[in-house]
Amino acid sequence: MPDATGLELLAQELREKDPDSVVDTLHFRGKAALSVAPGAIRGVLQALREHGYTFMASLHGVDYYPDEPRLGVQYELLDMQRVDRITVKLRVPTDAPEVDSVTPDWPTADHQERELYDMFGVVFRGHPDLRRILMPEDYEGYPQRRDFPVGGEPVLFTYNEQRYGGGV
Amino acid sequence: MSEIDARPQLSEYRRREQSITLDSLDTDIQPVDPHRELLTLNFGPHHPATHGVLRLLVHLDGEVVLDVKPIIGYVHTGIEKTAEDKSYWKVIPVVERMDYLAYYFNALAYIGAVETLLEVDVPPRAQYLRVIHLELNRIMSHLVWLGTSALDLGAISMFWFCFREREKILDLFEFSSGQRMHTRYFQVGGVIEDIPPGFTDKLRAFVREMPSRADQYGDMLNRNEIVLQRLRQTCALDGDTLLSLGVTGPLLRAAGVAWDLRKAAPYCSYEHFDFKVPVGTVGDNYDRYAVRLAEIYESVKIIAQALDGLPEGPYITDDRKVALPPRHELATSMESLIHHFKLVTEGFRVPPGEFYYPIEGPRGELACFLRSDGSSKPARVHVRDPSFVNLQAFAHMVRGSYIADMIATLAMLDPILGGIDR
Amino acid sequence: MEIKRERLEPPRGESAPARPVRGDDLAIRRVDAVQMLRGAPIEGLTPAREHDDLTDEDLERHVTERVLTTTLDKAVAWARGNSFFPATFGLACCAIEMMSIVASRVDVARFGFEAFRASPRQADLLILSGRVSIKMAPVVRRIYDQMLEPKWAISMGACCSSMGVFNNYALVPADKFMPVDVHVPGCPPRPEALMHGILKLRKMVLDDPDMGWRERYEARGTEEVVGEDAARDNAVNVFDPRA
Repeated sequence: MPDATGLELLAQELREKDPDSVVDTLHFRGKAALSVAPGAIRGVLQALREHGYTFMASLHGVDYYPDEPRLGVQYELLDMQRVDRITVKLRVPTDAPEVDSVTPDWPTADHQERELYDMFGVVFRGHPDLRRILMPEDYEGYPQRRDFPVGGEPVLFTYNEQRYGGGV
Repeated sequence: MSEIDARPQLSEYRRREQSITLDSLDTDIQPVDPHRELLTLNFGPHHPATHGVLRLLVHLDGEVVLDVKPIIGYVHTGIEKTAEDKSYWKVIPVVERMDYLAYYFNALAYIGAVETLLEVDVPPRAQYLRVIHLELNRIMSHLVWLGTSALDLGAISMFWFCFREREKILDLFEFSSGQRMHTRYFQVGGVIEDIPPGFTDKLRAFVREMPSRADQYGDMLNRNEIVLQRLRQTCALDGDTLLSLGVTGPLLRAAGVAWDLRKAAPYCSYEHFDFKVPVGTVGDNYDRYAVRLAEIYESVKIIAQALDGLPEGPYITDDRKVALPPRHELATSMESLIHHFKLVTEGFRVPPGEFYYPIEGPRGELACFLRSDGSSKPARVHVRDPSFVNLQAFAHMVRGSYIADMIATLAMLDPILGGIDR
Repeated sequence: MEIKRERLEPPRGESAPARPVRGDDLAIRRVDAVQMLRGAPIEGLTPAREHDDLTDEDLERHVTERVLTTTLDKAVAWARGNSFFPATFGLACCAIEMMSIVASRVDVARFGFEAFRASPRQADLLILSGRVSIKMAPVVRRIYDQMLEPKWAISMGACCSSMGVFNNYALVPADKFMPVDVHVPGCPPRPEALMHGILKLRKMVLDDPDMGWRERYEARGTEEVVGEDAARDNAVNVFDPRA
């Protein structure tokens, strides 16, 4: 993990490249995180890749309801040579949930961005095949959002066991 | 699909079933040759060879696979949503049921994230007990993989041999926690109960005989003509492509990339143990099989070392705000009673924050992303499942090979649909 | 064989009501537990069968009419019950325990059920092992439809029997879309428990050799409704969200 000073230097470098990209830095429990503006994500990830973070471990989403902007997308990057991890976070509001897809640069993001679209409704511009992946194709609603109900069903049973006897 | 719409008497659910189109299937075939017979075959979701309910749309030219499109979601259980509804303790059994062959690993990924947010220390005895159970689970997962993969290849009797060993491991799990699968043995701060007397003897007996059993499996399969012909030089994929696809675990190690989180970023006192990490050379199916078989031996070594060095001490943290006080204290100490009450009714509260805790599961990097908003229920539990990401490599591995190779590759990929679909 | 049954009557007197008031279910009955397990009909709990009210000559005629067919039926039922062909249908964690019953410790082959058929057309027992998600439910139903009668279904585990650990938007209980004969509880049920469930089903089959599950479970009207069939008044389309 880059320590706090390393993180600040990294953030400064990124700001030099693109002043609006890095919104915030956070060093929590020994892990570094960068908050970036949604429009600058591809550039930031590319810059981090040049820094050595060549492996994208995970791409996941969070719903920060009721804080706005609600939907967060997080990218976990890993530098295998130095065993370093860094998180890149961005947030988009629900009325304009669009982010550039990083799949052309990072093929591992393919299914994971589809899962984000399915569960949160974040639309990735430029994704080769943005369809629902876990829910049925024509499902309505984004289940992982916090205002989506957990759901559940009352349970029915086929009442036939008493009629046909018990015991082995 | 206009001819489908022209038949109005098709019922709604049949129409929904056929709603998946092939428009986005990416192939680079030129439609010129009239003698070429291209067939799109639907594999699954119910098929004897799929490991779980995986549906594959296979674009075939004769017997050669041109493209494969996996369709998942058939066992999506909304576990992450359910976990947001339950207090932190109660999430453990829910999260365990994701990757259903690596339940201790699922639990550890989640519990590790919770412990990091809580800044709670795990006593060394608990860490060693955790390592013992994790490595037993790794062996068990590889045994099930080996049995079912050999079944796919046609070596049917391997299934019974592997499950015979699996029963011994499940006996050990039942001994320590009372349940064979989904044991809920790991808790926040340690393990739920100390191991009973007799467990170490039984475990030692298992450790003594497991390497010879693994030798038997090797004897049967390693130089078997059919296994060699089916697995050697089939569906290889190089390390760089695998890394760009996010693949980790035995698949990556088979391609020659020596990356194992137990060695690179040790957690849970793995740094105390001396073990090797098997790495393959070519990255074909045979290497994937050999790497997993070798991992069984290494796990046995780790268990033996953990057993020899098992420290004395508490099996769960002393922090009463996180772990239940021992029952004999409830009769004498008012504080313990209050702690017990608070923990059992509401559960502990975790300070707000987010954390991503990765561990090395049997299939790759298993990680849990946990977001806490300060209440007694997690705000977001996301598990980065290795099979979900590894599945993306399947199409790359299989293009240009035969159907039989595709089945063998699917077996060697070791996908667990519970983890993929969550 | 005398079935000993005692019923605690309300005390007879002016204050006693003429018949038990609403709350029949509150009446305490002491029933011989062993007899209940053996499947003896229990007054008030088991629906009456057609021969329950026959007396004397009618009963004799009923019995003689059926003695030949009953023996043949029993023989066929014996053959059917001892040779289930389970369909390989593993969905999630319970599938691993189902694989365990094929393994050597709890060996299902000693009962004659080791021939797991991959094709539903050749199978007659569907062991639904695992959680049924909403995407999978039509597929399961289709496979169940493809099986030839007589066919039975065992719902293994808590998730398909009763939503289990996860009662949420993504799961469907199996009884919602197909009739289930035996529910095996557990998460996952031990292989011995699943074996017990299969043997219970075997006992059911041996006892009552009816063919046609729609008659057995009074499920007339649950056929798939397509187009003009929707006009039928007793038809229930379980897949149509508008219905």
